[in-house]
Amino acid sequence: MRVFKVYAIKNGTVIDHIPQGKGLKIIHLLGLDKSCNNIVTLGMGFDSKRYSKKDIVKIEKRELTAEEVNKIAVIAQTATLNIIRNYKIVKKHQVAIPEILEKIIRCPNPNCVTNHEPGKTKFLVIKKKPIQLHCYFCERTFAIEEITIQ
Amino acid sequence: MAKVNFKNRDIISIKDFSKEEILHVLNTAKRFKEKTHPNLLKGKILASLFFEPSTRTRFSFESAMERLGGSVITLAEAKVSSSAKGESLSDSIRIVEKYCDAIVMRHSLEGSARLAAEVSNNPVINGGDGANQHPTQTFLDLFSILETQKKLNCLNIALVGDLKYGRTVHSLAYALSLFGCRLYLVSPKSLCMPDYVLTELKANKTHYSEHLRPERIMNKIDVFYATRIQKERFADAIEYEKVKDVYIINKSLLVNVKKNFRILHPLPRVNEINYEVDETPYAYYFQQASNGLWVRQALLALVLGGKI
Repeated sequence: MRVFKVYAIKNGTVIDHIPQGKGLKIIHLLGLDKSCNNIVTLGMGFDSKRYSKKDIVKIEKRELTAEEVNKIAVIAQTATLNIIRNYKIVKKHQVAIPEILEKIIRCPNPNCVTNHEPGKTKFLVIKKKPIQLHCYFCERTFAIEEITIQ
Repeated sequence: MAKVNFKNRDIISIKDFSKEEILHVLNTAKRFKEKTHPNLLKGKILASLFFEPSTRTRFSFESAMERLGGSVITLAEAKVSSSAKGESLSDSIRIVEKYCDAIVMRHSLEGSARLAAEVSNNPVINGGDGANQHPTQTFLDLFSILETQKKLNCLNIALVGDLKYGRTVHSLAYALSLFGCRLYLVSPKSLCMPDYVLTELKANKTHYSEHLRPERIMNKIDVFYATRIQKERFADAIEYEKVKDVYIINKSLLVNVKKNFRILHPLPRVNEINYEVDETPYAYYFQQASNGLWVRQALLALVLGGKI
């Protein structure tokens, strides 16, 4: 009998190939720790042929849309979204960073109004490889290494 | 030229405007300089919210509004406004916009004018947001360059002084890059043009070079745009003392300049332009400041839909 480290789900979403250690952040970023009534399973430090180690997040009985998941691309560009129906993968999607990121990342400019006022942050993705983000408010441009998640 | 519509438009960043739109503002300003329109904005109210000190920008906006027949409501100073009681900027704007037809504001935080524009239904004009943008200054700088050089394309322009913290030079460098100007960036090493501005210049294929001293380039320059080393931006007084008088323009520096050479400065000046230069034909900074009135009249008329 095969022993599952994380059991298979019948219906729902599996986010695979998450860089090691980012799984918990992704649960937070997708709001699964707050608003999700479904069972969410986090697996950390799995062996991966492609990336040596990876994290996995499984959400039961809920199909996330590509749009919802794309916002995790800012911290997990290698992640893949798998939609599961009756234990089978029916849809596979490689996350892709969207054109605009709202309420996801904090502006690294300490003098940016978004670090002093309640409300949203908004970044325009001006370059995808390597990722460069332009703050809609203070008009500064940042590399992916400079940003932090809200 | 395609029809340009400015009614109800926010004036937040020079980057929001195309070359054609910039020229439309400058042409409108020229018409205001040629002829007065004392009743154009009769019945309109401008809210003047300067959370940071200002003399020229504030006075010229308020004067422009009054000269067009409109009126102004204003903050005596930020510390007597609700922001001193802890009210957020967005809440303050939501309230003030109900009492006026347009808002002009200056604030120390970068992006503050953009945030105000997001929450206001009336047009917001940025009078300076931290070290970020000062678009109306850029419009009046361009107006003065056009007035003195009779063109904006392909000029040799030196931006001199505090290029790190000076928001006027950031906006102006970007605008000049739209017109194919050659830029000479003159500053002490500690106050050089930030990388994010240089990246934009490169993206616009602007030819620029960086210099520590202006002497060797003086004979090539059409416009010398001097700026003040801003004491208030330095956390360390010793660092300010090291650079405060690094560039002093005097008559001896102007010996080999071109006939069309002009000196501009957003003012206030401290020591960077010697008073002896004021009497030379090259000094244009006081006319430049007075041009603020026409440019701001044009912007107010355009965003409030005043027809001339």
